[in-house]
Amino acid sequence: MITPTQQLENYLESFSECEKLAAGHALPWLRKLRRDGFARFCEVGFPTTHDEDWRFTNVSAIAQTPFRLARNGRARLSQQELEPYRVAGVACQLVFVNGRFARELSLPGKLPDGMKVSGLAGEISGNPGAIEPHLGRYLDIDRDAFCALNTAFVEDGAYVHIPRGTLVEQPICLLFVSTGDDASSMSHPRNLIVAEEDSQATIVEDYVSLDGGAVFCNTVTELVAGDHTVLSHYMIEREHEEAFNISTLRIQQGRSANVVSHSVLLGGALVRNNVHPVLAGEGGECLINGLFIGNGHQYLDNYMLVEHASPRCGSRQFYNGILDGHAHGVFHGRIIVHQDAQKTDAKQTNRNLLLSDDAQIDTKPQLEIYADDVKCTHGATIGQIEVDALFYLRSRGIDEVSARKLLLFAFASECLDRMKQGPVRRHVEELINRCLLQMANSAPGASTGIRREDTGRNWEEIG
Amino acid sequence: MCLLEIKSLHVKVDNHEILKGIDLKVNVGEVHSIMGPNGSGKSTLAQVLARRETYAVSAGEVSYNGRDLLAMKPEEAACEGIFMAFQYPVEISGISNAYFLRSALNAIHRYRGLDEMDAMDFLPLFREKLKLLDMDEKLMNRSVNEGFSGGEKKRNEILQMAVLEPKLAILDETDSGLDIDALKIVAQGVDAMRNPERAIIVVTHYQRLLNYIVPDFVHVLVDGRIVRSGGPELALELEEKGYGSMEAEVRHATPV
Repeated sequence: MITPTQQLENYLESFSECEKLAAGHALPWLRKLRRDGFARFCEVGFPTTHDEDWRFTNVSAIAQTPFRLARNGRARLSQQELEPYRVAGVACQLVFVNGRFARELSLPGKLPDGMKVSGLAGEISGNPGAIEPHLGRYLDIDRDAFCALNTAFVEDGAYVHIPRGTLVEQPICLLFVSTGDDASSMSHPRNLIVAEEDSQATIVEDYVSLDGGAVFCNTVTELVAGDHTVLSHYMIEREHEEAFNISTLRIQQGRSANVVSHSVLLGGALVRNNVHPVLAGEGGECLINGLFIGNGHQYLDNYMLVEHASPRCGSRQFYNGILDGHAHGVFHGRIIVHQDAQKTDAKQTNRNLLLSDDAQIDTKPQLEIYADDVKCTHGATIGQIEVDALFYLRSRGIDEVSARKLLLFAFASECLDRMKQGPVRRHVEELINRCLLQMANSAPGASTGIRREDTGRNWEEIG
Repeated sequence: MCLLEIKSLHVKVDNHEILKGIDLKVNVGEVHSIMGPNGSGKSTLAQVLARRETYAVSAGEVSYNGRDLLAMKPEEAACEGIFMAFQYPVEISGISNAYFLRSALNAIHRYRGLDEMDAMDFLPLFREKLKLLDMDEKLMNRSVNEGFSGGEKKRNEILQMAVLEPKLAILDETDSGLDIDALKIVAQGVDAMRNPERAIIVVTHYQRLLNYIVPDFVHVLVDGRIVRSGGPELALELEEKGYGSMEAEVRHATPV
C-alpha cells in the first residue's frame, strides 16, 4: 500500500516532466492552467467514499497504482491492428494512442469547408489563439479531482471546430486506443469541441484497448454548443477488464441549443462517466441517454450533473442498466435548477435489470431546486428477466438462450431507440448484440427462473 | 392416428395436487373441448402440455406423436408442433410483434431443417393471416401485446397459431373477456384451421365459443378429474344445468 504522499510524489514526477516538454509549455496561460490543475489535485487528492459525489465508488485501486504517463505507445501499432475498430459510414476517424493523436493511423475523410478536426497538441503549438478562449473555461477543476488531474496534464486529444451554420452529416469519430506497453500507464486525453452558432454535428468518442495490463484513461471533453446548435455526442467504453476509465463530458449550451449525450458503457474494470451540461441559454434542450452492461467484477458508475441556469430549458435523463455476475452499477443523477431557471422541465429515469444475486445497483436521484415554477420528476426501477415473458417466447419455439437474449436486447433497445438511425447506431447495436449474446449464453437459465417465479411482478419501484 | 395420449396424469403446484389422474386420448383431425368450473385444473392441464416447468408432474405419462412429451422443453414441444394460445398473453416491450413471430417461425423452421424466411418472404404470409383475423397491420410494428386491448391480444394469439401452423393447438380460455364480435372472429380463425392433420383442444368455462367451434368430444373436468365425456350435446347440457350438478356427483362419489 502506498501513502497519499507517495502517490503525489509519483504524479509530481510525471508532472514536472510533462510541464517542461509538453506542447505549449512556453505559453503563460497554459502553464497557469496546468499548474492550477496540479495544485488543486495536490490539495484534495483522490476522492474517497466520504465525498458525496463518490459515495458508491471506491477509486483506491487507481490511487494505489503508480501510473506513469504513457509516452511511446504508437510506434508499434499498425493500420491492420486497428481494422476491427473502424466504424463504417463515418466522416472521419481520428486515432489517439494513449491519449496522443496518431495522424498516420487516422482516416481523414472529407469534411465541410472551414471545419477543423485535428489533434489538440498540434493546435496548441500552431494556433493557440483559437484554443485559449475555450480550453479550461468551462470545466470546474474544484468540483472533481480527476478533472484537476486531467488539466494538470492537458496537452493532446481532439480539437474539433465547427464554423457557424455548418452541417456535418456524417459522424466524426474519435478512437482512443490504450495499449499496455508500459507496466501501468496512464493517459489524460483532453478534447475540445467548439460548435459555433447554428451548426449541426455528431461526435463519437470510442474507447478501446489493445493489450492487457492496468491502464488508466482519465479523459475530459469540453463541448461548447453555440446558440441554435444541434449536437449529438456518443461515449462508448469497451476497454478490457483491467482498464480504469474516468471520463467527464462538460457541455456548455447556448440559447436554444439542442444537445444529446449517449453513454454506452460495456467494458472496463472501473468506469466512471460524468456528464455535466450547463443549460446557460434560454430554451436549451438536453437529452442524456445511457446504457451500461456489466458482468464479472465490473464497476460502472454513471454520474450526471444537469444545471439549469436559464429559463424554459428542458432536460431528460434515461439510463438503463443490465448487470450480471458480481457487477456493480451506479446511477447518480443530480439536477440543479438555479433561481432564474423558471419553467424548467426536467425528468430522470433509471431502469435496471439484475441478472444475478451478486449484481448490485446504487441509484440516487438528487434534485436541488431554487426556482419556484418548475417541473422535475424522477424514478427508478430494479427488476429481473420476467419468467412469464421467457416462457411465452419459448412456448413459440425460441430456445432459452435466444429468448433471454431477445429480452435483454429489448430492454437495451429502449436506449438504442433514442439514438438517431445511422452508422453510429448500427455500430452501437452491433456491440450491444455481441455483449448480450455472451451474457445470455453464460446466464444460469432455468435455476434462477424458477426461483424468481415466486416474486410475482418483477419490477420494484424506488423513490 | 393418435396424436396425444395422457395416462393417469397427476400434477402438483406448491405441493398441492391440482390434477388427480387425467386420462385423455386425442386423434389427429379431432377437436376436443375441456370444460370445467374455475379452479378445476383446466389451465394447469394446458400449461403442462405447453411444458411450463413450474408445474411438477408427480405421476403419469403423456405421449405426443409417439414421443414422451414430459421430457421436452417448451421450445422443443413448440418445434414438434404444439401451440398453446395463452389465457393471459404476455406483454413484451421492445420486441415488435412482427419480429417476434418471424423469430418463432424461423426457430421452428431451423428445427425441422427448412429454409429460414427473411422479412420480405415473410410479409405476404403475414398479411394473409392478418386479413383472416381482421387485424390492423399497424399492430405488427408495435411491441408484442403492449397496449393491445383484450380482444387484440386474443386475436394476436390466434394469428400466431395461424402462422406457426401447429399439429396440436391448445386454446386456454381464449373466449374469456371477448365481446361477441371479437369472439366470432377468433372462432372463425380457429375453425379455418380445422383439418384432418391437426388436433385442437379448446379449454373453456362457457359453452358459447363451442357454438362456433363445434367439438367432436367434450370432457368435463371437475376437481382435477375428468368426470364426464361425451359429444357436443354435453356442452349444451352443461349450459342448461351448470356445473353444480356434476360437482355434486363428484362429491357424492368421492369418499370423504
